[in-house]
Amino acid sequence: MKVTLKVWRQANAKAKGEFVTYKDVETTPDTSFLETLDILNESLVERGEEPITFDHDCREGICGMCSLYINGHPHGPATKATTCQLYMRRFKDGETITVEPWRSAGFPVIKDLMVDRSAYDKIQQAGGYVSFNCGGAPDANALPISKEKADLAMDAATCIGCGACAAACKNGSAMLFVSAKISQFALLPQGRPEAARRARAMVAKMDELGFGNCTNTRACEAECPKGISITNIARMNREFLKAKFKD
Amino acid sequence: MSTIDSKIPEGPVAEKWTNYKAHQRLVNPANKRKLDIIVVGTGLAGASAASTLAEMGFNVYNFCIQDSPRRAHSIAAQGGINAAKNYQNDGDSVYRLFYDTVKGGDYRAREANVHRLAEVSNNIIDQCVAQGVPFAREYGGLLANRSFGGAQVSRTFYAKGQTGQQLLLGAYSSLNRQINAGKVKSFNRYEMHDVVIVDGRARGIIAKNLVTGKFERFSANAVVIATGGYGNTYFLSTNAMGCNCSAAIAAYRKGAYFANPSYVQIHPTCIPVHGDKQSKLTLMSESLRNDGRIWVPKNIEDAKKLQKGEIKGSDIPEENRDYYLERRYPAFGNLVPRDVASRAAKERCDKGFGVNNTGLAVFLDFSDAIKRLGIDVVRQRYGNLFDMYEEITDVNPGQLAREINGEKYYNPMMIFPAVHYTMGGIWVDYELQTSIPGLFAIGECNFSDHGANRLGASALMQGLADGYFVLPYTIQNYLADQAIWPKIPTDNEEFAKVEKHCVEEQTRLMNIKGKRSVDSIHKELGHIMWEYVGMGRTAEGLKTALEKLKELRKEFETNLFIPGSQEGLNIELDKAIHLRDFIIMGELIATDALHRNESCGGHFRVEYQTEEGEAKRDDENFFYVGCWKYEGDDNTAPSLIKEPLEYEAIKVQTRNYKN
Amino acid sequence: MSGLFKSSIGKKLIMSVTGLCLVLFLLFHMSMNLVAIFSGEAYNKVCEFLGTNWYALAGTAVLAVGFLLHIVYAFILTIQNRRARGNVRYAYSVRPKMVEWASQNMLILGIIVLVGLGLHFSHFWYKMMFAELVGAEHQFGPTDGAAWLQFYFSQPVIVVLYLVWFVAIWFHLTHGFWSAIQTIGWNNLVWMSRIQKISTIFATIICLGFAAVVITFFVKSLCCCAA
Repeated sequence: MKVTLKVWRQANAKAKGEFVTYKDVETTPDTSFLETLDILNESLVERGEEPITFDHDCREGICGMCSLYINGHPHGPATKATTCQLYMRRFKDGETITVEPWRSAGFPVIKDLMVDRSAYDKIQQAGGYVSFNCGGAPDANALPISKEKADLAMDAATCIGCGACAAACKNGSAMLFVSAKISQFALLPQGRPEAARRARAMVAKMDELGFGNCTNTRACEAECPKGISITNIARMNREFLKAKFKD
Repeated sequence: MSTIDSKIPEGPVAEKWTNYKAHQRLVNPANKRKLDIIVVGTGLAGASAASTLAEMGFNVYNFCIQDSPRRAHSIAAQGGINAAKNYQNDGDSVYRLFYDTVKGGDYRAREANVHRLAEVSNNIIDQCVAQGVPFAREYGGLLANRSFGGAQVSRTFYAKGQTGQQLLLGAYSSLNRQINAGKVKSFNRYEMHDVVIVDGRARGIIAKNLVTGKFERFSANAVVIATGGYGNTYFLSTNAMGCNCSAAIAAYRKGAYFANPSYVQIHPTCIPVHGDKQSKLTLMSESLRNDGRIWVPKNIEDAKKLQKGEIKGSDIPEENRDYYLERRYPAFGNLVPRDVASRAAKERCDKGFGVNNTGLAVFLDFSDAIKRLGIDVVRQRYGNLFDMYEEITDVNPGQLAREINGEKYYNPMMIFPAVHYTMGGIWVDYELQTSIPGLFAIGECNFSDHGANRLGASALMQGLADGYFVLPYTIQNYLADQAIWPKIPTDNEEFAKVEKHCVEEQTRLMNIKGKRSVDSIHKELGHIMWEYVGMGRTAEGLKTALEKLKELRKEFETNLFIPGSQEGLNIELDKAIHLRDFIIMGELIATDALHRNESCGGHFRVEYQTEEGEAKRDDENFFYVGCWKYEGDDNTAPSLIKEPLEYEAIKVQTRNYKN
Repeated sequence: MSGLFKSSIGKKLIMSVTGLCLVLFLLFHMSMNLVAIFSGEAYNKVCEFLGTNWYALAGTAVLAVGFLLHIVYAFILTIQNRRARGNVRYAYSVRPKMVEWASQNMLILGIIVLVGLGLHFSHFWYKMMFAELVGAEHQFGPTDGAAWLQFYFSQPVIVVLYLVWFVAIWFHLTHGFWSAIQTIGWNNLVWMSRIQKISTIFATIICLGFAAVVITFFVKSLCCCAA
């Protein structure tokens, strides 16, 4: 099959970008979307041009490195899948596919389709942990945790930090991401002692970094490759408000 | 030929680690604040080491090539992590985990290291639970376990099919806490290019800021590399696209020995290759082997029809299926270790029983499990893997395909072995120190604990053991007297020299201005490696490989083309640096494989097998760790140094998974 | 509570709480209006009762403040959100299926509601409450609400405008109501779909209630003309 790729090219963070159209890229339905970009890149290099820069790593849908806004959706049209798990059989032969970088003030473009998501690290650093030093842990079974709670915590913890939530949000809000971490720890007894401190610190950092405010459109949830629920945002709000009312 | 000191402590194997900790030198808190440690890599080993060292009070500089420490490839481990907790009351113990690991490693691991690993395995689970890792639990609230290849007990802890992710996020959270506290300085999108050695000790690194393209100098009192394995030498592997061995090769070029490079693990359950445009192979969790049954047709005619696409797997009735693992290994069945399962698949395919168009695939079937447990239970266990498989291949293994005589047949998966993990790595002593003082290697990057083959769910265990519980102790034995030495400023001439060399290397590659892309040469490297240095190796094939690799290196040096410039971000240039080192790595693997005239674990030499086609070890001549020393330049063959293995607790015997 | 209202969630809380107050008010207003269907006199009595009670006036003042806050914060949040979105927009964007149209257009809907409110005030508040306060004279007395209803809702253009207004309110409420509850944090996996359903039912009841009054008076005027 052949597809036309309309790709955002931008030389560096400061340069002005533009769409470049690559016609008739040869691929197969069994080929992944990123492999199709690999094929295009290989042909660009053969022609002596610079290949398209994009983030990717594990290609198994778990590292969260790949991004891309494909045909109007973060991670492309497939639901609950990252870009690296998107296969060409999702597209029609001859289709034109528009590929853009994440667009959000929190994620400035570095080059072509690669964006800077370090803001997400900074939010995690503000409080996304249990303050606990290696070495003194009690026996793992000393603290029974109900399966229900553990499963809910796991559902929140599956977040891969890819940034699709903020990329999908018309408000550039990172709340789904932040709430997933806050929820994971808020649900587990290990995380309870510093739940208030965590909620305060992480929300403050999120605000400081200029992410937008949630208006509950649920676009983040719809586009999240891991299906993180926005009920986590409700839990985060609860934790945050509880903490703030005590201040 | 010299031998080397592995610094194994005195005493019986079960007491060595306790004895070591009791007598090692420690660094006092005031001095810890004065000492800087560089940790390269943020996977399970790197992140856990960086955070633990910082918790202890050291100043840590932590580097990763990705945009965030959380992306390291440890994250992709699906199945689980082993520990000798014996929560299931099925007779597990530290000794049994130790024994299984040594046996699984085909008696080529260092006994003392493996015992230590088994000892700290329990602490890892405690540590991770305390961090808030949401392991799977039973309704009673206690931790759940599952069984895994190579073991007869259920000792594997898991978090859905995302154990690696959850453990890495746990380590990442500890790391974040230390970054927030200012004890760890984190450098993302940085790649280490070289180690700086001053007066015979590792005292810093040269790292490239991948975004600006500029080299930067970092000085420290010790350098830890935790940069993973070299599986991508084969081009197609289950490793992440960014995984590379350049940091390890940089250490090797600086004089660190490279141990057992030929021990490469081929994972039995990957999705078969579909075409030559593929860049990456996808692993299907080994846990599928718990309920899935592996088979090929009994009759070659059926196999031929499958290869032509005339029939489907579900068309073949039960009596015409050959469950070859259950047939050959009745005691372990589908749960034999990875190397055994992989070779058995290759053996069937070599005989012409492969089941897809390339003839390089076998079936993994869930019909039996669905009959026994019901589709809901099977979907609950493997649903996400089935979906992932469907997304890639357009076939859903949980879907009813047909009924023959009242028997229900579900679509089987197709799987084939692929390069997955490398047991070999930088040689380290008991303290995880390489042959260069002050340079340490942890995780998959070192060679230490898995011998010739790694058991499932043991990589996570080793990475975290090294990072949380071993290195933070052993590094102190080295650092104890280092605080008195002045810090080395980065304008020191050695730093300048090494940086200059890094720049020149890049310039050299940019100036080749040939015709071939990095990937086209890398693919060729992969073909050579898989063909001649893959699952079944021969002396003749390995010699051919070495010749071809030499030619390939020449092709690389003379005909490479890199677009763009050295300024700013240049992904092709970075890949070219990796490829330069993959080629050296390929030569190392082939050299080691050629010298090791035996079959063991991940190294199978066709000449050395039993009549039944099982690996035949030669304990008389090869009961040692093969360490390769760089001899000054890439064109000179490395020299071999042997570290003899000494077993006191375990009797070395032929590995048997039959009964 | 230091810094609560500077935080994103704090600002959202203001939207949420003021929004819920307005929702309550709408419920009250709608119930009151329904009286007019049955008896103009009774309706006028209710109006009179509310007009002469200090706590009803205090309630109105609180409501007015809440309403202002709701509007002001809507703009503050929208400006912040637009900034967070960055300068470059997607060239090609698709609304995911599960995302409701209303949820992405709350400001527009809010503005329509506001414009409608202006009309509503010019009709009723200006001619009734305001007239009573300043002693202005119009064709009907300030206390004869029922007459005003009959007067305005016999004009088809006004009826259509009001109905459009109610539709906008319906959209605004279907999202706003459950969204307010989510923002306060009273949501979980089990209640998610329940709250959304309650929200839709509630919005429908409110808007149908309002519309019923308008339509009743319009139909009455038709009958009168026919008679």
